[in-house]
Amino acid sequence: MTDGIVSWGSYLPYWRLQRSAIGASLGGPAGRGSRSVASYDEDTTTMGLEAGRRALAALDGPVPEDLFFATPAPAYLDKTNATAIHGALELPGWAGAYDMIGSVRSSVGALRAARGVAGDHRAVAVLSDLRTGLAGGSEERDSGDGAVALVFGADDDDAVVAEWIAHAGTTAEFLDRWRTPGETDSKVWEERFGQEVYVPLVHQAWSEALKSAGVTATEVDHVAVVGLHTRAVGAVRTSLGVRPEAVVADRAATVGNLGAAEPGAALADMLERAEPGALLALVVVADGADVVLLRATDALPAARQARHAAGLADVADQAASGPGDLPYARFLTWRGALLREPPRRPDPERPGAPATWRSTPWKGGFEASDCRSCGFRHLPPARVCLRCRTIDEMDRVRLADVGGRVATYTVDRLAFSMSPPVIGAVVDFDGGGRYRCEMTDADPDAVAIGTRVEMVFRRLNTAKGVHNYFWKARPVDVPGDADDEGEDA
Amino acid sequence: MSSNGIRDRVAIVGMGCTPFGERWDKGVDDLLIDAAKEAIASAGVTLDDIDAFWLGTMTSGTSGITLSKPLKIDYKPVTRVENFCATGSEAFRNACYAVASGAYDLAMAIGVEKLKDTGYSGLTGIRPVGDGTDAALSSPAAFSFVAPSYADRYGVDPEEMKQVMSRIAWKNHRNGAVNPRAQFRKEISMETITRSPLVAGNLGVYDCSGVSDGSAAAIICRAEDAHRYSDNPLYVKALSFVAGPGGGFIDPDYDYTTFPEVVRSAEDAYQQAGITDPRASLAMAEVHDCFTPTELVLMEDMRFSERGLGWKDVLAGTFDRDGELPVNPDGGLKSFGHPIGASGLRMLFECWLQLRGEAPPERQIATVAEGRTLGLTHNLGGAPGECVSFVSIVGPDLAD
Repeated sequence: MTDGIVSWGSYLPYWRLQRSAIGASLGGPAGRGSRSVASYDEDTTTMGLEAGRRALAALDGPVPEDLFFATPAPAYLDKTNATAIHGALELPGWAGAYDMIGSVRSSVGALRAARGVAGDHRAVAVLSDLRTGLAGGSEERDSGDGAVALVFGADDDDAVVAEWIAHAGTTAEFLDRWRTPGETDSKVWEERFGQEVYVPLVHQAWSEALKSAGVTATEVDHVAVVGLHTRAVGAVRTSLGVRPEAVVADRAATVGNLGAAEPGAALADMLERAEPGALLALVVVADGADVVLLRATDALPAARQARHAAGLADVADQAASGPGDLPYARFLTWRGALLREPPRRPDPERPGAPATWRSTPWKGGFEASDCRSCGFRHLPPARVCLRCRTIDEMDRVRLADVGGRVATYTVDRLAFSMSPPVIGAVVDFDGGGRYRCEMTDADPDAVAIGTRVEMVFRRLNTAKGVHNYFWKARPVDVPGDADDEGEDA
Repeated sequence: MSSNGIRDRVAIVGMGCTPFGERWDKGVDDLLIDAAKEAIASAGVTLDDIDAFWLGTMTSGTSGITLSKPLKIDYKPVTRVENFCATGSEAFRNACYAVASGAYDLAMAIGVEKLKDTGYSGLTGIRPVGDGTDAALSSPAAFSFVAPSYADRYGVDPEEMKQVMSRIAWKNHRNGAVNPRAQFRKEISMETITRSPLVAGNLGVYDCSGVSDGSAAAIICRAEDAHRYSDNPLYVKALSFVAGPGGGFIDPDYDYTTFPEVVRSAEDAYQQAGITDPRASLAMAEVHDCFTPTELVLMEDMRFSERGLGWKDVLAGTFDRDGELPVNPDGGLKSFGHPIGASGLRMLFECWLQLRGEAPPERQIATVAEGRTLGLTHNLGGAPGECVSFVSIVGPDLAD
């Protein structure tokens, strides 16, 4: 029995910061290209959930029964972050959800863990990162934010799109980069030292993987080399012995290095390009080296078609889009680097744990209730029907993945927000149901009655250390999102 | 629904109302004492004569002790009530019922709110611990859905709509300019109002009511006892209150051009008072002008104007102090701000002055001299789609 990747989903946030904007503000060199920026209401959990939704949207057959969430920038410590993703994806209660916190290397661990159980049941690895750094530094400039989810399973229903052929790794303890908990800026040792240590570690893993798979380097059709050590990654790319055209390009120019999400983005990108039968290699340079070899199957083209039909955008398309006019001051504000005067309004209240727990299907899954007697749809779910007053005759229906249109909206300049003004919208959902919520990733001047929206999972606020996750509406015709063709279809 | 009402069974025999405003000099206790003192003096009674008390406040205190302690009330029933922006009116309504039932001979309804001590701009609510999913829209934003929906439905040009809104603010500020108890006692030009900075949607600062402190009180007795206390009491003709099912947020048929709660409570009040044509019957109305589009829609929901034509009446000056039906002749929430617990009783206080001919000549409405006798007060609490509504009708004459 073979196993491997059965589905994937990628999420790059809407916003782009031009590197020239940093130079323009701080007086340094202009810089080229842009980086992706998680909005003020996003974190690694919300981005991970969006990637997970996209992976599951294109998934046929059983849902994952294990979720491995890897990020160096967790929203919580002590509390598992994967459970919020598990909840919003509405995975079964018996499905596991585990965090792998701390480094780019954790992502390889998540991929291997998900693959490791694939013979028994499907599992999803969610890789997410929100890259920070000191103002004006290379970490800030060259990094990007995003998340990717990869679902692993066995081939009993011909669902495997890329068969897992081999893995080989090397592990080494040395100071390449580090950051103590609570800090937002990573430290790195002199780059030439890291390169010196890394390159042999990669070559060793590379040889082992090829040997294990019984292939030679020239047989590899696509190879992606990822890692935060730019110099080592560059040296590895030119020394693997592969055909030159096999080395795939990264997205450094448009979205930056996605850190722990980069291995996932590289895999997704290869899956979105490869022909059936192609041999894919992922090389991760992080505290040692990991090499994964996969072979694209005949199921891959059909999977790609299904994804496009579902309106899911490829990594390359998302990377190439996004509004490039995010002011640097707003970026700094979002990252907490620029403390702004708040409005004279009360701080948001912390949500209560019992109330939140009771409303998990609503808060996490955006479930409405439909009256069995008259069909009226209630958001949040109600027990007594608004239209016919029937009591406790309701069916639950998930609206998180249902689109809608703006019935009316307003721009609220008084309500508290990290990024004022708040846009409030009344959304009418396709197939019924109305709800009043916040909009995000939207330009107040571009919103109109009739604007098409989708629901996205965001952090409404953080009060007393509690992240208040809930759903907002965002325009669907935004760059970096589902293309218009898919939406109309 | 059966609403029998207590038409002409109770009377107001004394009232008091503090100046509203940023009362840095007065605490909750001071405001309560000032309003109560004026009210008992007005009725010619002492605190000892009052058998029971209803206190309305949303955020300035809990329990009857909020009132009994500053007034040193001797072991008598004091009920604290809250019902959003109708809190003061709710204190009045319940005091009226207590007297009508015969349980007490003399009751006081008093409302107070001390908003300026919070240090915040706008209203602050006390919410139970929840799941955090309520959209954090401000009140101006919640009401800002009204204006564009109204303009769209009735084909009012957006520029003209802004003029209509500004005209309402202009009128209420003009009324408040000559009222010594108002928070804002200055006329504001149409241009200043129209150009004021936006708060939410197309609501500018001058489309929103202010934030203030204040207190007001009424002394209530059975109608047959009224002349023991006052030569010219005000009789209660109608009291109505409704809480809506809160469907506006989720009902795709709701279009923000009406407040069904207001329609229901107004019709109930008219039925209790025997009114068929409110525009022709009322001498005045004090309505809940929390935001200018609210007042516009209220004119239609309470049948002062035909559906879709309220904006024309506003522009024609129908509701000006010297118009056909004066609305908010005291200056309204626009001029008084909105100390929640006090506002409803402040509205009654204006009826008290105007309908009994005690308003100063410079702001006396003409409709009373023309023979109209009835005054209406109204509160709306909550937001379009999810609110409570109160309507009272009072007048100096007993029906035949």
